[in-house]
Amino acid sequence: MERKLVIPGDFLGDGRAGHGAYEEDGKSFSSCIGLTEEKNGLFFVIPLSGIYSPKRGDGVIGKIQDIAFSRWIVDVNSPYEAVLSLADASDEFIDLTKSDLTKYFNYGDLIFAEILSVSKTKNVQLSMRNRKCRKLRGGRLIKVTPAKVPRIIGKAGSMVEMIKEMTNTQIVVGQNGIVWVKGDHEDIAMDIITVIERKSHVHGLTDQVKVILEEKMKNAPKVERRQDDEEEEPEPQEEDEFRP
Amino acid sequence: METIIRTDGRKFDETRPIVAEVGVLKNADGSAMFKLGNTTAIAGVFGPRKVYPKHEEEAERAILRTKYNMAPFATSERNRPGTNRRSTEISLVTRQALTPLIFLDEFPKTAIDVHIEVLQADASTRCVGINAAVLALADAGVPMKDLVASCSAGKVGDAVVLDIAGKEDTEGELDLPIAYYPKKKHITLLQMDGITDGKEVKEIIKLAVKGCEKIYEEQKRALRNKYKLEGAD
Repeated sequence: MERKLVIPGDFLGDGRAGHGAYEEDGKSFSSCIGLTEEKNGLFFVIPLSGIYSPKRGDGVIGKIQDIAFSRWIVDVNSPYEAVLSLADASDEFIDLTKSDLTKYFNYGDLIFAEILSVSKTKNVQLSMRNRKCRKLRGGRLIKVTPAKVPRIIGKAGSMVEMIKEMTNTQIVVGQNGIVWVKGDHEDIAMDIITVIERKSHVHGLTDQVKVILEEKMKNAPKVERRQDDEEEEPEPQEEDEFRP
Repeated sequence: METIIRTDGRKFDETRPIVAEVGVLKNADGSAMFKLGNTTAIAGVFGPRKVYPKHEEEAERAILRTKYNMAPFATSERNRPGTNRRSTEISLVTRQALTPLIFLDEFPKTAIDVHIEVLQADASTRCVGINAAVLALADAGVPMKDLVASCSAGKVGDAVVLDIAGKEDTEGELDLPIAYYPKKKHITLLQMDGITDGKEVKEIIKLAVKGCEKIYEEQKRALRNKYKLEGAD
């Protein structure tokens, strides 16, 4: 289906307005720059720019900003900070009188967590209960426009799977536009992600990216495994990008 | 009246050449440049982001903060840098012109900051500033009802003319800038410097609205231009 580019104020159609649109006298208009779509009489716009607004069920990458009595305050690349309560962080019993919370997550630690709920006043609660949620050790981060996250993941994860396989890296994509990369050819994987962000409008992007990747990998230096690499904890094998 | 030619050779209902470009600043969340003849302004939008100082925060909506500033080199005579009475007033009217358009309640407890920098001033700087600010807001992905266009009209000698510039501003009789919200046909800014009667004011406003409609089309084109490639999806 062809998706049309709309800007604020553009007429979408007669019907109800969904996300990225507003309604006036039974007519729907766009409220942002984006691509329009219609689903059974509901018009909505997929925005092409803008900040990340937390939504329930999103998997996000966050940084521990502060530690309170029994919860962590997490920065999730949004104007609203998220809260990870002790009860949602771990299944084991933690005695607050005896243990220090920095033992679990310290200041500056990166975590991949799921958004449990967002209240109307934008209080965001996180959870680590999903098995994909974990602490991210080492690696590098890239920020991308949150609107372009689906392109990086690709159809059923095809894009990110390909990058992971070819560059021999682990990649975690947060819905909040933060991508974590760790592995042998981190730099190449990061380059490729910036290419995807820039070219996100291109048709058949996965194939095009594959060509660029193959070219880059040809010139890539061989990676020698250092001793301390082996000592790291084994990472989970399931696909890393999160889809609720 | 149709036969008058102005100091710069324009017809009475002709604006100066319009140049609009979206996405000119790298570090802003949204940005735009707008030129009307020699008058040039760039606008940068930051946010929605956390509000500091904290006491300005509003629990149920975002706050819109605008800052208009004219560069010291914008005029032929150097002007003193920094905030002054004039720029404070223009910041205020810009905010009032933009507020009705923006869905501020979608981002409670945040601030949207709009910075307007006038690089070259040759009359109608507040109009050009508003035009740049609207484009920057749209570029930043701030949800809004429509774009707003701004243009001035006035009286030079006995003639009613559109888009006052240069000598017309300093030696003309009257200058009337408006901001216009085309879809609803609302006017969100109306100021007037000069003396006239009610009948003539209506005539001048009508002419200014005509200018706004032209600017509105240019704004839409500039916005689409930046995102055209992404729309080819």
